[in-house]
Amino acid sequence: MNKESWGSRLGLVFAMAGNAVGLGNFLRFPVQAVQNGGGSFIIPYLVCFLLMGLPLLFIEWGLGRYGGQFGNHSTPFIFNSVSKKFIWKYVGIFGIFCNLTIAAYYCYIESWTLAYIFKSVSGAFAGKSSEEVAAHFGAYVTLSDSYMAVFFWLICLALNVYILSRGLSGGIEKVAKIGVPLLIIFGLILAFQGVTLKAGMKNAIYDGTVGLNFLWTPQFNSLWEPKVWLAAAGQVFFTLSVGMGSIQCYASFIKKKDDIVLNSLSAGWMNEFVEVVIGASIIIPISIGYLGIDKVVELTKSGGLGLGFKTLPYLFQNWGAVLAPIAGMLWFGLLFFAGITSSLAMGFPCMSFLQDEFNFTRNKAAMTFGAACLLLGAPVVFLGIYDILDEYDYWAGTVSLFVFSLLETILFVWVFGIDNAWATINQGADFKLPKFVKYILMYITPTLLIFVFVKNIPEIIDKIMHREIYHKIATTTDPATLEMLNNKLLFTNLSRLLLVAVFIGIGILVFVANKKRQKLSAI
Amino acid sequence: MNGSALFMMISSMSVITIITGYFMYKVVYTPPKPEPDSFEFNDDEKR
Repeated sequence: MNKESWGSRLGLVFAMAGNAVGLGNFLRFPVQAVQNGGGSFIIPYLVCFLLMGLPLLFIEWGLGRYGGQFGNHSTPFIFNSVSKKFIWKYVGIFGIFCNLTIAAYYCYIESWTLAYIFKSVSGAFAGKSSEEVAAHFGAYVTLSDSYMAVFFWLICLALNVYILSRGLSGGIEKVAKIGVPLLIIFGLILAFQGVTLKAGMKNAIYDGTVGLNFLWTPQFNSLWEPKVWLAAAGQVFFTLSVGMGSIQCYASFIKKKDDIVLNSLSAGWMNEFVEVVIGASIIIPISIGYLGIDKVVELTKSGGLGLGFKTLPYLFQNWGAVLAPIAGMLWFGLLFFAGITSSLAMGFPCMSFLQDEFNFTRNKAAMTFGAACLLLGAPVVFLGIYDILDEYDYWAGTVSLFVFSLLETILFVWVFGIDNAWATINQGADFKLPKFVKYILMYITPTLLIFVFVKNIPEIIDKIMHREIYHKIATTTDPATLEMLNNKLLFTNLSRLLLVAVFIGIGILVFVANKKRQKLSAI
Repeated sequence: MNGSALFMMISSMSVITIITGYFMYKVVYTPPKPEPDSFEFNDDEKR
């Protein structure tokens, strides 16, 4: 019997917000905005948040609390309490698979932030050129220079296991209550520095407001481009951590008479605050202040991770011997808190499944989760040069999330029935939702999810067929590059097989757990 | 900053900050439901 519970309502909201706030709030959102219409990106972004993001939050909180009434805290059996048709508990596998697989590589990224806090404080970037700082990151993550990344990865895993072993109120909630306010404070300090940066001050070439101007100048023509809406929907989707199974698990510890509407609105909007108000005011203003618009636009083509880990540590060196380590500590500190509150939310559903179905103690469940992350994360860490992380991220952290969200929406709204779903969501609510939300849940949210998924089908097919790698193989003549690409093909296929094996393995565990339940109910 | 960028930034940030603040205020100041509720902090006995 799982005896976890939340300590306080504020702790629950912070933990849910911490689950949603991740590295993407600071690294992905500003880059997406720059690439998709600047200031006008906020329009499709907020529309998608209202029509898809918030409804998905209501659905996941509702599903979780409903399943929790029957003592179920993992999606296979939460779904089983909504519909007894056997297929739904196997759809629920996604809720464990996504969490476990994403945690396996996310903990590695999280460990980079931890390592970079120490590097910043110890002055590891002092006196280095921008190329050297960028090369340092490349060498660090691919283990070319040392195994320090492995050391920090293990520390990070151990830290996650320890906090998880302290339970919901004693571990996760405590970390969220410290981590979320701290990351907001760190973010506000850095945002203030970014916005008030002046040309000529601390070696800056441009004002920080040049970056803000670039980021927020609306290009209203872009609103007619489907790709902008697709990017906005994708950003909303990833930023809220929906379609993973974490929210359902956290919500399953809320009693029937307690509110979920106000709680989900608070957590969802807090995530928006961190993303739009703080996230947009750090990386772009500071980078453009030193590098100019053209260079930053070029850098954003390879995503926000490069800007965050290769560029900012170098730029902070312009702030002097005292401020540079502090800025580095604040930046990587906020990324670390954003990361760990999310990775804990990934671990807890896996633990709850083991505790509920196989009577694992909390410590044993946390250790098992840690061991699974270690095994599953090893290819990501040791085969970094073959981009295994991207492969995991695409299948578990992108495609699976969309599939899972769409299916859970169908289950809750259409199979369970909109009247039941609406009553479940509004039970004990401290905030009255307007009736039209019911119709958004029924028609608009699933349509948007289908639209986003269908638009991505060509890319999914390209990925399955390895078109990008085959294209590179066809156009390269260098034997070393050719060998590298062939190896990448091999390891990519092996990592896909591993993911399939994990999915099937969880499916077998769900099957065994179900048999155990049937035997118990027969007695 | 040009006018349209300033308008987009200030209006977006203000709307989001006000809504977030409003919901957080409601979370903090809404009285808890009668026991037994979902939270340990107001329990008579620690679980």
